[in-house]
Amino acid sequence: MGKYVVGRLLQLVLVFFGVTLLIYLAVYALPGDPIRALGGDRQLPDSVINAMRAQFNLDDPVLLQYLKYLGNLFTGDLGTDFNGRPVADLMAQRWPVTIRLALTAWVIQVVLGVGLGVLTALRKGTWLDHTVLFFTVGVISIPVFVLAYTAQIVFGVRLGIVPVSGIDEGWPVSYLLPSIILAVFGLASVARLVRASMLENLRADYVKTATAKGLSPRRVVYRHVLRNSLIPAVTFLGIDLGYLLGGTVIIEGVFNLPGVGQLLFSSIAAQQGPVVVGVATVLVVIFLLANLVVDLLYGVLDPRIRHE
Amino acid sequence: MSDPTATITTEPAAPVEESAGKSSTLVGDAWRELRRRPLFVVGSLLVIVLLLMAIFPQLFAGWFGNGDPRVCDLSRSTEGPAPGHPFGFDKQGCDVYANVVYGARASISVGVLVTVLTLVLALVLGSLAGFFGRVVDAVVSRFADVFFGFPFLLGALVVLTAFEARSILVVALVLAMFRWPSMTRVMRSSVIQVRDMDYVRASVGLGGSRLWLLRRHVLPNAITPIMVMVTLDIGTVIVVESTLTFLGVGLQAPAISWGLQLSNASTDFAAAPHLLIFPSLFLSLTVLSFIVLGDLIRDALDPRLR
Repeated sequence: MGKYVVGRLLQLVLVFFGVTLLIYLAVYALPGDPIRALGGDRQLPDSVINAMRAQFNLDDPVLLQYLKYLGNLFTGDLGTDFNGRPVADLMAQRWPVTIRLALTAWVIQVVLGVGLGVLTALRKGTWLDHTVLFFTVGVISIPVFVLAYTAQIVFGVRLGIVPVSGIDEGWPVSYLLPSIILAVFGLASVARLVRASMLENLRADYVKTATAKGLSPRRVVYRHVLRNSLIPAVTFLGIDLGYLLGGTVIIEGVFNLPGVGQLLFSSIAAQQGPVVVGVATVLVVIFLLANLVVDLLYGVLDPRIRHE
Repeated sequence: MSDPTATITTEPAAPVEESAGKSSTLVGDAWRELRRRPLFVVGSLLVIVLLLMAIFPQLFAGWFGNGDPRVCDLSRSTEGPAPGHPFGFDKQGCDVYANVVYGARASISVGVLVTVLTLVLALVLGSLAGFFGRVVDAVVSRFADVFFGFPFLLGALVVLTAFEARSILVVALVLAMFRWPSMTRVMRSSVIQVRDMDYVRASVGLGGSRLWLLRRHVLPNAITPIMVMVTLDIGTVIVVESTLTFLGVGLQAPAISWGLQLSNASTDFAAAPHLLIFPSLFLSLTVLSFIVLGDLIRDALDPRLR
């Protein structure tokens, strides 16, 4: 197990360098000159431009720029945007919104996803099963922004039961609709995963053994089948936390929530390279860590997959 | 060669293939079972019609007399359905029906192109990594890890912003860049499973060369899991393309695509809901058809579910 963890961590470091390099290259290949764009119609004097280019290392070769950025990153410095505001501060203001949104969505996924999965597996072939299956497939086929706008108009504008946008009414009221929309995709996958693995496990020999030795059906289902069926769902839910953070870019845009996703999106439009690199890097690192935790949890949850 | 599964062809997911008589290959069985499912027949028909629409939009666009998506009448901006214009008019006064028909090509092209690119990469890299192991495996797997390290949408978003002009090909290449790792991983583990089978060992004993072995025995037997992923993937990619277009980093006007129509319509939804409803109906129908087909094929190919 120890050897596996060390190997996995080394792999993570390698991926980290690859991922950050890719983000850095993509952002610095952006068309246009970000420093000149700052001046707008009244061009900045050449001396100012040169000073700023030097400050952000923009005249170095890209690879050297990247190494300098990494150096700063390891001392915990995410740099400043082109207006001089520290990227870390910009993000710090916005994290609470994104974390609240993502975690609320995640909890919805866990509760409803596992619940619907168990329910449909136990009632296989009934109208309930078919309805849920139809819903889970149907929802995947609709782009998330279409779903978000539709829900916003129907529940926010027409019915008026939730705020249309913004976070003025705080958690949970303002976050309810955005979280549900954000959760819907993962929810469908969790429900299907749990259903499929429940159905597979329900036919397993250990279920017959458990029933034969006189356990109540409830105990067989919840203590034996469910525990074994949750492993694929746990993997998915761990990785999905990363996807939820990526999904906030769209949801925060539609519902006008001032979170990290919205920051990323507006920074791309405003050519704020340092902010884009910073936000994307942090999001990817969270995603990588979530993956790592899932991999390590796997061995704990399923004794058959112990890493010797 | 006595192993029954060794006769699997390289295109198990292609429904047009004739199964040879009563042979009980995995694919033959699956095909015979699928033909009897009404959902499979409906799904396949829908996919065929949509593919025809993508290739020959002019065949469908003129049904109501106004077949040119670029002939617009600004005075009828955002008007609802009218005679000759069953889906109404968009903001520029163009016929929505013609636009939706012509939009099929861009969206389906992206879906198919990404999937083909991913499939080729996964087939080559996955089978090499799985079959040869060691250094090849390490290099391929680490590269895959890097691209797998991004949440799909986030990676595509960051890279696509670097392009000023984004054609169908550019969007497809970037999406494939972040799509290949998952399929390659599946292919790799599938090849590893097959590699150590007795019939492969036997072929080694008979003096087959390594590459011949890979092509003749390992590949045909390891390909099934990723063929199922392919069908499911086309749908997912079409949805992702429209989402990226909505974020402003996908296809650009004057291209005609469902993603562009949807992202233009989403801001005017309250005033002109038909602009959102009709393109999204077609998009969802397309995605749904591919997903349902993929699901049915997977179930048919999984012997445990028989």
